[in-house]
Amino acid sequence: MPKHLDNFIIMHPDDNCATALKDTLPQTELYIKDRVIVIIQFIPLGHKIALIDIKKGDFVKKYGQIIGKATRIIKAGEQIHTHNLKSYYLEVKKK
Amino acid sequence: MCVNRISQQIASKLKGAVALTHPLGCGQFGLDYSYTVRTLSGLGSNPNVYGVIVVGLGCENISSELLAKNISKSNRIVEFFDVQETRGGSIAAIEKGVKLGKKMIGASKEVKREPFDFSHLTLGLECGSSDSISFISANPVVGIISNKIVKLGGTSILPEFTEWIGTEHLLTKRAVNIEVADEIRSILNKFLENAKKLGIDFKNVQPTPGNIKGGLTTIEEKSLGTIIKSGESPIQGLLEYSEKPKGKGLWLMIEPGLDIESMTGLAAAGAQVIIMTTSRGSPCGNPISPVIKVCGNKRSCDMMTGNIDIDASSIFTEKTRIENIAEILWDKLKATCNGEKTKAEYLGFDDLAISRVNTLLSILYDR
Repeated sequence: MPKHLDNFIIMHPDDNCATALKDTLPQTELYIKDRVIVIIQFIPLGHKIALIDIKKGDFVKKYGQIIGKATRIIKAGEQIHTHNLKSYYLEVKKK
Repeated sequence: MCVNRISQQIASKLKGAVALTHPLGCGQFGLDYSYTVRTLSGLGSNPNVYGVIVVGLGCENISSELLAKNISKSNRIVEFFDVQETRGGSIAAIEKGVKLGKKMIGASKEVKREPFDFSHLTLGLECGSSDSISFISANPVVGIISNKIVKLGGTSILPEFTEWIGTEHLLTKRAVNIEVADEIRSILNKFLENAKKLGIDFKNVQPTPGNIKGGLTTIEEKSLGTIIKSGESPIQGLLEYSEKPKGKGLWLMIEPGLDIESMTGLAAAGAQVIIMTTSRGSPCGNPISPVIKVCGNKRSCDMMTGNIDIDASSIFTEKTRIENIAEILWDKLKATCNGEKTKAEYLGFDDLAISRVNTLLSILYDR
């Protein structure tokens, strides 16, 4: 079941991203158990952030499922969107 | 369709009657012919309907007699007539229809309300005018309801196959057997190939610019958020457009993701209630199945309060748990089954459209 954090929601325990429940300002601190994630840039409602450091080529997971592959390093607290994530499904389909 | 206005005038003179009209031509052929016959027959056979008067003109290739015959298989009162066979033309036809209808209404008063459990319910799962907010609020709420209906022995139908793309690994895993899994894989795999043949690059279609602005990045992210409406139940099989499920449980309907066509197909397949999630706010309804609107977007809930039945926006504003909103929706679903009207019903919104296989025509006209 989805888990609420301050300003964000994690849709599945396996996810490495969280989705903003409201527009969130840079420097906002996000507490997950004993960790603190600092939001790096402005995150609009409905947009995603990385919960951990993600390497180039790693999968991003939401709903416990792969939603794409990182095209560059994504730091914890950084926004995940079209500039650093691409569809893995369409990549596989092309092969 | 040439007697649409006659049907509307008949219905307007009968309490509790609705006119099922549709605007497209009478000379249907190919798949459009079978879609139209199956849809009109299915709408007339929906459990929400007591009796049907099929009004024909007399020269169409889908005759009033054929539809009446199909509908009568569902054990309800069916009358039919053609306007060209009615002396006095349309005025006499309206009088005839009203007379038949009044008789039906009189007979319907003998029917007693009886309690029934959820195993008799078929639920339609729809989403329209969505954004990224739906996929983390209203859609997971509906997933809980669909699971519950299936657990209680009922039936649930997920249409809009274009929004399953990228999730076949999950859908096939939930298929009850290998044949169903193969069917799901086949329709989704072929879709991109077929689209390419027609010159459509799907990469530029989904997610839409609006989706991306709302935070959705990839096609799989969008589809995952869409299919979450169907919960985790096993998938019994695939249905053609407007086709009735062959048993209980969760079914997928092959329908290309267009709200009015989709809900018409769900009602024709026997759904007595449709739940539609809408984040930007959609007013549309259905003449046969009540449509319950669930919205997670605070702004839309405020702007379109007259259209939204369940406000799920407290998931964002007050951190209300998705399970708690699901309880509210469950109560609304029960109330709707017991006759409480939805917002779209109060407004009289009775949108109806039969899905068309336009690509067939584009191939025919290819020079």
